[in-house]
Amino acid sequence: MSEENSIKPYLRLAGLEPLVVRPESNFVNIGERTNITGSKKFARLIRENRFEEALSVARQQVENGAQILDVNMDDALLDGEKAMTTFLNLIQSEPDIAKIPIMIDSSKFNIIEAGLKCVQGKCIVNSISMKEGEEKFIEQAIICKSFGAAVVVMAFDEKGQADTKQRKIDISHRAYEILTKQLGFDPQDIIFDLNIFAIATGLEEHNNYAVDFIEAAKEVKAQHPLVKLSGGVSNLSFSFRGNEVVREAMHSVFLFYAIKAGLGMGIVNAGQLVIYDEIEPGLRQLCEDVILNRNNDNNEATEKLLAFAETVKQKGKEEKKDESWRKTPVEERLKHALINGITDYIEADTEEARLQYPKPLDVIEGPLMDGMNVVGDLFGSGKMFLPQVVKSARVMKKSVAVLTPFIEQEKLEKFNRRKAANTSGEETTEEKGAAKILLATVKGDVHDIGKNIVGVVLGCNGYDIIDLGVMVSADRILETAIKEKVDIVGLSGLITPSLDEMVHVAKEMKRRNFELPLMIGGATTSRMHTAIRIAPEYGRGVVHVLDASRSVTVAGNLLNETQKPLFLENISQEYQKLKADFANKKSGKQLLSFQEAQANKTKIDWNAFEPVKPYFLGVKIFDNPDLEEIAGYIDWQPFFIAWEMHGRFPQLLTDEKIGGAATKLYADAQGLLKKIIREKWLTPRGVIGLWAANAIASDTVTVKPENADPINLEFLRQQSKKAAGQANISLADFIAPAETGKTDYIGAFSVTIHGIEKHIERFMADQDDYNKIILQALADRLAEAFAEMLHKKVRTCYWGYEKEEQLNNEQLIKEEYKGIRPAPGYPACPDHTEKYKLFQLLGGEKSTGITLTESLAMYPASSVCGWYLANPESKYFGIGKINKDQVTDYAQRKQMEITEIERWLRPVLDYDA
Amino acid sequence: MGDIKSALDRRILIIDGAMGTMIQRYKLEEEDYRGERFKNWKSDVKGNNDLLSLTRPDIIKAIHKEYLEAGADIIETNTFSSTSIAQADYHMQSLAYELNVAAAKIARQAIDEFTINHQPSTINEKYIAGAIGPMNKTLSLSPDVNNPGFRSVSFDEVSGAYYEQVKGLVDGGVDLLLIETIFDTLNAKAAIFAIKKYFRDTKKPELPVMISGTITDASGRTLSGQTLEAFYTSIAHARPLSVGLNCALGAAEMRPHIEELSKLASCYTSAYPNAGLPNSMGAYEEEPEETAHFLEEWAKEGFVNIVGGCCGTTPEHIKHIAEKVKKFEPRKLPLVETAA
Repeated sequence: MSEENSIKPYLRLAGLEPLVVRPESNFVNIGERTNITGSKKFARLIRENRFEEALSVARQQVENGAQILDVNMDDALLDGEKAMTTFLNLIQSEPDIAKIPIMIDSSKFNIIEAGLKCVQGKCIVNSISMKEGEEKFIEQAIICKSFGAAVVVMAFDEKGQADTKQRKIDISHRAYEILTKQLGFDPQDIIFDLNIFAIATGLEEHNNYAVDFIEAAKEVKAQHPLVKLSGGVSNLSFSFRGNEVVREAMHSVFLFYAIKAGLGMGIVNAGQLVIYDEIEPGLRQLCEDVILNRNNDNNEATEKLLAFAETVKQKGKEEKKDESWRKTPVEERLKHALINGITDYIEADTEEARLQYPKPLDVIEGPLMDGMNVVGDLFGSGKMFLPQVVKSARVMKKSVAVLTPFIEQEKLEKFNRRKAANTSGEETTEEKGAAKILLATVKGDVHDIGKNIVGVVLGCNGYDIIDLGVMVSADRILETAIKEKVDIVGLSGLITPSLDEMVHVAKEMKRRNFELPLMIGGATTSRMHTAIRIAPEYGRGVVHVLDASRSVTVAGNLLNETQKPLFLENISQEYQKLKADFANKKSGKQLLSFQEAQANKTKIDWNAFEPVKPYFLGVKIFDNPDLEEIAGYIDWQPFFIAWEMHGRFPQLLTDEKIGGAATKLYADAQGLLKKIIREKWLTPRGVIGLWAANAIASDTVTVKPENADPINLEFLRQQSKKAAGQANISLADFIAPAETGKTDYIGAFSVTIHGIEKHIERFMADQDDYNKIILQALADRLAEAFAEMLHKKVRTCYWGYEKEEQLNNEQLIKEEYKGIRPAPGYPACPDHTEKYKLFQLLGGEKSTGITLTESLAMYPASSVCGWYLANPESKYFGIGKINKDQVTDYAQRKQMEITEIERWLRPVLDYDA
Repeated sequence: MGDIKSALDRRILIIDGAMGTMIQRYKLEEEDYRGERFKNWKSDVKGNNDLLSLTRPDIIKAIHKEYLEAGADIIETNTFSSTSIAQADYHMQSLAYELNVAAAKIARQAIDEFTINHQPSTINEKYIAGAIGPMNKTLSLSPDVNNPGFRSVSFDEVSGAYYEQVKGLVDGGVDLLLIETIFDTLNAKAAIFAIKKYFRDTKKPELPVMISGTITDASGRTLSGQTLEAFYTSIAHARPLSVGLNCALGAAEMRPHIEELSKLASCYTSAYPNAGLPNSMGAYEEEPEETAHFLEEWAKEGFVNIVGGCCGTTPEHIKHIAEKVKKFEPRKLPLVETAA
């Protein structure tokens, strides 16, 4: 190794996955709901022995973004050791929870020890202290160290809890010396809890507690820079129990100062924190005074906050709609409307602002951009979520729409004046506007929800977006880029052939001597593919962008002349490394020969298998079935993923962090869905077909329609080396071979949702991206739901091989049914070109009105197709990588040029073609 | 014993290959395992390879010597299953301590005899690693799919059994302790716990600890679900002499993981893969030259400080490995920063 390898002194923890707390890491959130003393619900579940449900509380914490899970079982009525052991053992069998590190939290050391014995990862013990003297402290610290745990040390000694600044510093120092010098602890494994005490209690000696904490924190970090500081923040506002508005504001203000002072982690309910900048200024001032102990002689600040708290209480909860912001100046109103996504008054407010400002453009560049900058910052720091941002953008667009005619008019007047004055220089320097970003879904692909979201988010951050829509040729992208003088080109795509088209655009950019950076995004793209295939084709900067949130930082880096070279250099190094790793892995990976793979096919005892004959053979069309019935089959989780809200449905609706935003979005989506159904906006059309079929070779299935020539379907087979007893699967394995003498069957379907275009246009005319994206996402969901519904009908009725099936929608989503419906172009049969045969069998375009693009994407975009296989052994799987021997054979079977088929299969090829 | 750290700074050390594969060559029968002492034992003991330390020490010593002749610097005691928990399969839990002492002594004799037969100037210092295996019961996984919270053994039982094993190994005279083939990190943590406690209790100077985990599949995780980095983080408190990987994978599959580990670990690194992946008959077919070729490349890349073989490897493999890696510098320890 040429470069010097060095190991940094960071706090390193582990569940199933590592957590490294670096100096630049944000405040580490420790999930607090799996704490009996803190959560009534959790306490009840544990007391009632409902551990399975208690696990869901833990899961929710992880999904909410907890990076560490605090588990506390301190309860007088419980056997704490046993409860801790049972709960932690159960967590170990839940990989989605066990992936994060555990904080074992108890005031009883025997419970901590019981917990340490259950966890394989590196935990934090919360806490030990010198409360009972040094000897006990050392004894407990040694045990923690024997388990490799990091420790939270409470600032507590024989005399009691440290309350003053000096006591906090002294006790921490004493503990630090013992742990590091006497016991050999690494400083980075020490976390001090300097005691956050309740303030504003009315007792004057409590008034300086927060100041003492903050100042002690600074000093301890200065003395011992590698240690971490943590604390339970909710203690602070204990005297305001029941008044969440004041409590949240106090926590937020306190954290603002404490984090600056070095508080690196904390047990907080992050979802409930108000944004510091968003606290009502009067309240914020009062909080600052009590926390910083200012203007607080004779408890003056405390009294004021108490008085304020009374007013908040009196208002009560039912007063939801706070209209006080309407009384603020117009700039503030615009900002408020933007941040909160309120369109009710935007036209009037914009007009009012226009009359106040010298030029209409000043309104955009002034208050509107100010507001959007706040939105961008809040989104960037995780304080706002995508649906809220899109709503903000809607407000922005509506406001700009009011101003645009005046701006155009002004331009025209300017032009006429100039013409009248006959000034030379038509080339008058046009003021340089915002940076322009061109976005397009590449040729052959029709999917654009993600791209639309990226456009909105970038638009919110002040970029001028030129969106060319879907199925855009390289030529048009590049010509527009030149004509519009754009600063960045962004490509999007959802289906695998789009990857090749992106490579093509990159090549074209090089050939035409472009210098613009290229951003790559979309569901089918990956950092790996970008590194290996696209980046090498174009040397002026290619960056893969994972999601809309990242697009802002990437665009920012690309457009900042000083940052750009370093940014691109880092990316380029990262990609080269990925490329090298890929090459290494590839050579290390062993694929079977195609022949060996064929020999290891799925073993099915065909003698014992009697194929079920479908109730009808041939094709059946479903023209405009009931949308409401289809809607009952919707899987909502992907709908939220489209909005970058990850988590399980419906739990995410009550999620502490995103629950509020998710619930609002869900309500809006339900509202629109009802409207779609009631007013028949969309028309579903679908078709199914069922035919006799047999496998006639290892990977070939012949389909025998009753009134047409047989069609041979060609499948691919897994080629990776398998563990003993595991087969190299091909879909063809699940159809009875002809030599069994038994007639087997296969089915196919395609479904689509027509009629979205005119509604999209209407929303766009209304500057309403929010509803436009909801509509697109709903159409996708309806197409999937339609496919799910038809599959169920096929299983229980039309084919009828599973007549007794009784599955609810949740079970359907989890694919608990028998038989599968794999789609050409997806993992089990990655060749898109087999779609031609599927469509031919189903009666072609006229059955459903679906057309295929040159990349074999289906239009309308909300369409689904696939095969039906009924064999109980059949299952979903991925082909993985395949080798040239199989591709050669496959090309022969399909009578296609090998280079042609390699182009379609490139993502699964294990060799360079 | 010379300071193993200074040896590790100078060259790549070689650890021996499989014991089981070599024992198989003797085609032993039930009576060989029983010997005179256990001829009336209540259950079958064939397959209890660790028992041979008592009943056929000649075979174990001969295998050790073959590996020493092949160039191994570190030989592992025949104690992979010498804990009361693992021996319970043969009702031999009461023999655990004795097995460890005996196995350590055999290894010492083998080194002594090897040394006498060679010119001192021609051979390097040899070390005995007390092998501590993973046990047949795990602390992180439930054997009952319907009851994921259930455990067939407790942490105290596991660490107690390891404590007894460590005591036996140290009393028998090993130079190092090697916790190996770790597929459940919590079992390994129990072993670490036992080792630390043993040396605290006896106030003896701590022996260096080697730790070797097992990545079981292509996803790069241990059987108990940890990523490599999480695994390393979870055992780093042992302050091991070395951390590494062995078993389950052949060298070809192990390569990306050992590369990653070489960047993570602040201590020395070790790797002793299987001789490829087993064929359909469960046999390992990778030729000595092939295994050695892989390890040569790791040595060249600076990934490793200690190399050798696991299942399916033989003295031939070790010989080829030793020859191939000797021309390369050992991996340099990374700089461990201690200031913010």
